[in-house]
Amino acid sequence: MNKIIKIKKMNKTFVFMSFLLVALFITSSCATDDTQTVATFTELVWQDEFDTEGAVNPENWTHEIGTGTNGWGNNELEYYTDRSENATVQNGLLVISAKKEEFNGSSYTSARIITKGKFEQTHGRFEARIKLPSGQGIWPAFWLLGDDSNGSEVWPQIGEIDIMENVGDEPTKIFGTVHGPGYSGGESIGKSYELQNDRFDAGFHVFGIEWGQNYINYYVDDVLYNQITPDDVTGEWVFNDGPFYIILNVAVGGSYPGSPNASTVFPQNMLVDYVRVYKNSNN
Amino acid sequence: MENLKFIYTKNTLFLVMLFMMIVSCERDLSDDVEFATNSAGGEIFTDSPIGLGSDFYFPFLGSKATAWSVDDNEGHESQSSMRFDVPNEGDPEGNYAGAIFRVDGGGRDLTGYDALTFWAKASQGVTIGEMGFGVDFLEDKYKANVTDVLLSTNWVKYIIPIPDPSKLFEERGMFWYSAGTQNTGGYGYVFWIDDLKFEKLGTIGAPRPEIYGGEDVNSQTFIDTDGVFNSPTVTFNMPSGLDQVVFAAPSYFDWTSSVPSVVNIYDAGFFKALSAGETVITGTSAGVQAAGSLTMEVLGAFQTAPIPTRDPLEVISIFSDAYTNVPVDFYNGFWEPYQTTLSADFVIGGDNILSYTDFNFVGNQFANPTVDGTNISNLHVDMFIPNELPSLFDFLISVVDFGTDGVEGGGDDTRQQIFITASDVEAGTWISFDFPITLANSDHLGLIIYENINFSTLSNFYLDNIYFY
Repeated sequence: MNKIIKIKKMNKTFVFMSFLLVALFITSSCATDDTQTVATFTELVWQDEFDTEGAVNPENWTHEIGTGTNGWGNNELEYYTDRSENATVQNGLLVISAKKEEFNGSSYTSARIITKGKFEQTHGRFEARIKLPSGQGIWPAFWLLGDDSNGSEVWPQIGEIDIMENVGDEPTKIFGTVHGPGYSGGESIGKSYELQNDRFDAGFHVFGIEWGQNYINYYVDDVLYNQITPDDVTGEWVFNDGPFYIILNVAVGGSYPGSPNASTVFPQNMLVDYVRVYKNSNN
Repeated sequence: MENLKFIYTKNTLFLVMLFMMIVSCERDLSDDVEFATNSAGGEIFTDSPIGLGSDFYFPFLGSKATAWSVDDNEGHESQSSMRFDVPNEGDPEGNYAGAIFRVDGGGRDLTGYDALTFWAKASQGVTIGEMGFGVDFLEDKYKANVTDVLLSTNWVKYIIPIPDPSKLFEERGMFWYSAGTQNTGGYGYVFWIDDLKFEKLGTIGAPRPEIYGGEDVNSQTFIDTDGVFNSPTVTFNMPSGLDQVVFAAPSYFDWTSSVPSVVNIYDAGFFKALSAGETVITGTSAGVQAAGSLTMEVLGAFQTAPIPTRDPLEVISIFSDAYTNVPVDFYNGFWEPYQTTLSADFVIGGDNILSYTDFNFVGNQFANPTVDGTNISNLHVDMFIPNELPSLFDFLISVVDFGTDGVEGGGDDTRQQIFITASDVEAGTWISFDFPITLANSDHLGLIIYENINFSTLSNFYLDNIYFY
């Protein structure tokens, strides 16, 4: 029985693939426009435009302070503070500054802000317009973590969606990655995107995902560069349930970027023009 | 009412006519006054020289003039490239390769580019001393270069960032290089360059300009001193994430004097000390503040050296404003790695003065051609030691004759040593020396060397009026 069913399935698949092939022919023969529809979710549900000068808006964000456990799990070297020296809103921009200074036993300070408990959502379009810092050992990120239900769930089961990560010694490249059970850390699933004729520390760029049932689309500006689906991950897909919150931070050092060296200039600033979240208005 | 209307119409008519007159009087710019635009082409050599004209290769003095050729058997993804044959150390035609590529005609507008790029390889792994652009043998106003370019035996792309492209709206100096055999034990080698061009990469960023090595440096000078600031650097972050230091001419930077009445900056990088006092010099490059500063203390009027009065017909001058100098190769030939001496030459009231700092030894070479000293009997040198005489002072001047082969070395060189001790000098005033020349052969004089001996700690001194008579 099973075998027969399988054969039938294969036939079906074959037929379907043939159909796809024909469809591809038809599509490619008449499609001359390469324009991709990058984002389709249009209903704005949450935003921070960073238009109020001074401290980061406490209604939207919480500072994570200190060095976490083992440098936030990555042997990072910075101490995150809630001081204005490390995070402030100026001229319509959020400025997160990584500094080289002795502080509570660490050699660097920076900031990491999260929306946990203030704004969390499953699925949606999450995007931010950011000008990145650069330099060996600098590790800026715009990412999402699944809510841990007050500690009853742990990483990587909770899921992590890195919308944008960059190591400062690769000024033209960013990474978009997911982490989940069976595919976390070094086995995470993702892709890098390289700017042509430009650098991420030379100007602002929009980093975003459009995330729905069983897919996450990654884009930079008007370029859709990756889609991750349950077929791509080597474990359970944990991105269809449980709300996720937003994190913005600039790490210094750690396992991923390596330590800063003599060529690294401090302070290094990540400038964020806005963070916006949309939902699919058809849902 | 009717009349009124009529008047209005008349007024309107008058206005319209006036307007027409004005309009017709105003002339459009004719084609003749169209502003000349410089060629914005970026390519210098692809398979052949591009838009350089016929006369574009100018070797450096003392270098092997035939080092450059077009090689039709080697190329980066092509059949031809530029070939540079760096000569052996003892090559009589020149012991290094070095030259500029200058546009034969009007300069190019390079403001739309951010780097000079090329592909290169060599016959062996080798370090090329200097490569850059902006040298035209006229002003060298926008000289820029990188140093110690490591070439391998396969084609690699190299990038030299432009310190500030907005300055290069009319540039003739497309490329220059200087390559020796210091790192190859004196043996020559070949390197090839292809696809040499200015490009807009967009991937070079995070410029970090520095003046005076990024340090806060102090200096003293005198009223009426004209000078030029030390060449600054700009460190760029490359697409690879690695840093690249570019040495830039002072003209790339915008310089500021905190007290212009003390030291005035009259052209990018050129200054004149006007009155006694103190001022702080800072710089910016393409709008980015440079690290480092120069605090200049202007001390007052400077006593210049006694003006020479000897008959010019009896004088062979090496360095003097009173005479026409013979061709001089250099007043500070920097002999690596032992020499520490730097130059801080200055001009006061039109009088050029050699100033040596961080002194251990230094040479003035005049070997192209050598000087025939058969009919002279003395060497004159004016020397000024600023501040105080050092606790240890022992000074040696060597006059070197290069012998019948006319070049340094070769076994026929002879030298006369002139020893000067503390009792011969005094600080804070010009001392005029006249030394009899006792060399048996003085028909191929080529070099004067000044050096500290016996642990002498003289660090800074000025020279003027160096001549034979």
